Amino acid sequence: MSILIGRDTRLVVQGITGREGEFHSRQMLEYGTRIVAGMTPGKGGLHALENRVPVFNTVAEAVRQTGANTSCIFVPAVGAPDAVLEAIGAGIGTVFCITEGIPALDMLPVVEVVRAAGARLIGPNCPGATSPGRAKVGIIPGSIHREGHVGVVSRSGTLTYEAVQAMTDAGIGQSTCVGIGGDPIIGTTFLDVLQLFAADPETDAIVLIGEIGGSAEEEAAAWAAEHLRGVPMVAFIAGRTAPEGKRMGHAGAIISGGRGTAAGKVTALEAAGIRVAGSPTELPALLREAGYRE
Amino acid sequence: MKIQEADAKSLLAAQGLPVPPWAVARTPAEARAAAERFLADGAGRVVIKAQVLVGGRGKAGGVKLAGSPAEAEEVAGRILGMEIKGIPVRKVLVGPAAVIVKEFYLGAILDRASRRIVLMASAEGGVEIEEVAKATPEAIHRVEAHPLLGLLDWQARELAFAVGLAGPHLRDFVKIAKGLVATMRANDADLVEVNPLAILRESGPEGQVERLACLDAKVTLDDSALPRHPDLEKLRDLDEEDPADAEARHYDISFIHLDGSIGCMVNGAGLAMTTMDLVNRAGGAPANFLDIGGGAKADRVSAAMRLILADPKVRAILVNIFGGITRGDEVARGLIDARARQEREVPMVVRIVGTNAEEAARLLREAAFETAATLDEAAAKAVAAARQATGDAA
Repeated sequence: MSILIGRDTRLVVQGITGREGEFHSRQMLEYGTRIVAGMTPGKGGLHALENRVPVFNTVAEAVRQTGANTSCIFVPAVGAPDAVLEAIGAGIGTVFCITEGIPALDMLPVVEVVRAAGARLIGPNCPGATSPGRAKVGIIPGSIHREGHVGVVSRSGTLTYEAVQAMTDAGIGQSTCVGIGGDPIIGTTFLDVLQLFAADPETDAIVLIGEIGGSAEEEAAAWAAEHLRGVPMVAFIAGRTAPEGKRMGHAGAIISGGRGTAAGKVTALEAAGIRVAGSPTELPALLREAGYRE
Repeated sequence: MKIQEADAKSLLAAQGLPVPPWAVARTPAEARAAAERFLADGAGRVVIKAQVLVGGRGKAGGVKLAGSPAEAEEVAGRILGMEIKGIPVRKVLVGPAAVIVKEFYLGAILDRASRRIVLMASAEGGVEIEEVAKATPEAIHRVEAHPLLGLLDWQARELAFAVGLAGPHLRDFVKIAKGLVATMRANDADLVEVNPLAILRESGPEGQVERLACLDAKVTLDDSALPRHPDLEKLRDLDEEDPADAEARHYDISFIHLDGSIGCMVNGAGLAMTTMDLVNRAGGAPANFLDIGGGAKADRVSAAMRLILADPKVRAILVNIFGGITRGDEVARGLIDARARQEREVPMVVRIVGTNAEEAARLLREAAFETAATLDEAAAKAVAAARQATGDAA
């Protein structure tokens, strides 16, 4: 098994005919993801990616015709909140929103509607997820992965690739890697993903990759201390040298009023018994020291 | 984006909130003229406040009272010559000094943990809220606005009662509290803070009256929403902006200037922070945070190189690219092109992995670039190169 995506994933890509949507859909198909539908308003009836994927005008129609159960959104920021709501309205259970630059206040009603529908939103401003050997949804390069039993959860994109590559190089495979996104308002938090990993029989250890800003790492650490005893878990926190009051690229990566510092997060994680690596390349060794064996 | 107090007050006033009049002065003479007007309108004294985008103006001596136009001119002259936390004061706000009966704190923030707009109030106004939060967190009262319905009247009343406001001020407080949330929504702000919100005593035709007013205002805007608020983009204070910031924005590069000697060019925000951290760990200091973003082409790489080299403190450059959407060969070509045109010789260490890394490696080898296989190795090499360049024997 894996979390969020797997062999039973039937994906609809919203914005499949756009440049980004088409490029990454091709990569997902090559990885073996079952893309059953594409969706672009006004392009219904066409076929994308050399006739391999039927395109629909609405998500509801894509669901009716293909049984899509998961969506991946490559729609520009102006239309992305609406795209999430359309997917939820069509009964999609898991929505990945890759789009960057959505105004934060736009997401407040969206996450509320997602929650009320009992659905799950990952992102926005996230790289997606990969369950190696089964499926990948989003933009994470497939080549960095190896099948295995370590769950990876991160607020970042390329930093995650760095950590996963280091694990793969060290012979440590992954059950699922999830990028939850770098925005201040996101649908799925570290804590949510830890709960999913805890319930996944194929995830035996966890790597958490956090960064400055907010308190999601601290909340995850507190939960892990209580509920993940005996599960090897290690972490990395980016931004030890970040100055206060500056947004470090990600809209959510900012230290304000002395809160959200890397030092505070490292302290909270270590207090929960979670070792924090000084470099992402040290994560494999730390995992083994924490008792993890393939 | 941070905006100045005067602009923040305009946004509050636009939502119908009670804000006493003010004027912005760039010279002592302008301050004098403004003071003359307010004093003629019946103000006993005027307040003169430095307009800078950093906190702690009062403590730094950037907020003063004056009783006459001449004094206002003199006080403004002193404040306009000041630096507050390294930022020269280029303008002051002049307004009538109010008789304050009591001060409160009222702020609306985007709360990440609850994913709600949270309204916070405290009876301890006029002091930094972070201090209150540390010393007496129980003195701060919070309510969460409903994500679909907004802040409800009863929630605002609850806050009013919690800070001890009742009687004639209750209705005004509810209006102001809802107005803060309205200001946030209308302008896509992350933060709207009124500190202090004050009960003022004023003499009117029917004798002394007390009323609530917003004496200070702080608003932070969501950068992601600025494209749909061209009017707010105009509030960006270019006086306080590094010229490099404007160029970075133009090329869609995230750039933050720091104090060290090692320039960093990275793709991805988390990896860019990590690269800085590893430079630090290797004994060096990063000169900047720089994220060239996803899918960067040669022109953006060249622009990033110009931004880094514009800083005279830079002694070495570390390029760290993990190709995904970004193609390693595109970055390598951009680097080769940028180096051919750069005016200053600075050692560079390049690490490119991921998409098209083999082609990148070949290009870099042919152009005789110093390369590294891992991030840790790249950081160590860059730190060593910077030391050699500065002639530091350590």
